[in-house]
Amino acid sequence: MEQFFPNGVAHYLAGGLIIGAAVSLLFVTTGLIGGMSTVFSSTWSYVSKLPFFQQERFTGSRVWRLAYAAGLLLGGLAWLGWSASGAWQTGVSWWQLALGGFLVGFGARLSNGCTSGHGICGLASLQLPSLLAVLTFLATAIVTAQLVIRLGGA
Amino acid sequence: MKPATLAWALIAGVLFGFGLSLSTMIRPEVVLSFLRLTDFGLLLVLGGAVLVTLLAYQLAPRLLARPLFGSSWGRHPSAMDARTIGGAAIFGMGWGLCGVCPGPAIAGLGAGNWPLLVALAGIFAGAWVQGRFFGR
Repeated sequence: MEQFFPNGVAHYLAGGLIIGAAVSLLFVTTGLIGGMSTVFSSTWSYVSKLPFFQQERFTGSRVWRLAYAAGLLLGGLAWLGWSASGAWQTGVSWWQLALGGFLVGFGARLSNGCTSGHGICGLASLQLPSLLAVLTFLATAIVTAQLVIRLGGA
Repeated sequence: MKPATLAWALIAGVLFGFGLSLSTMIRPEVVLSFLRLTDFGLLLVLGGAVLVTLLAYQLAPRLLARPLFGSSWGRHPSAMDARTIGGAAIFGMGWGLCGVCPGPAIAGLGAGNWPLLVALAGIFAGAWVQGRFFGR
């Protein structure tokens, strides 16, 4: 156990159950599917006139998706106040965050799902394409992270 | 959009953000330690979240005619095609490079992890390029 979970398991399990409770709460109250990556397309519909972003699936969901995202920000802030561990900044280099973020945004939108959309909502919907998407991104992420260490990245 | 929908989206978001923070998934270093196979905690987070959500997604539509404050049950749109798999492959490369994905990028910013603004800018840019050149 110690070998696989050097930092313990309790906070991982508790956090995961709370995340599941959040996605479940959204579904039971509103019927909405709480993946996170769509907000990055739907928010563009406020400023971009491109027909792609003006589709009903974005313009019709952009308000609740922003409310959901605002909740995420507040949840992080609430945890900061509750944990007393203090704010903490990542040491991952800016170019990794920028390029990695770009690929994350592009790939998640092309795939129509990310770690929450395919990983949580898709798997919980028993969707085979989502399972394949999860196995695919786990594989490419593990290979990429290993390559980055070998190339001396953070 | 009904006020109740927005209120529940906000409340669920707060819970989601708190869970992501508690599980330390808002720290890219912790995600990268999983991808480097030195700490498998991420699988517990994902497994716990899927288990609870699985119960809700499978049971709620059988027990309730409609959502408590909504009109119909949604469904995650997922297609078996090259875009789903190719996009996931690209997503994974980015995730492996920076250790950040959409939810933790937003929640982590709320917890004061300012460098995540760079990742968020990247995600927004990537989503725009996808919609502009590969959208349909």
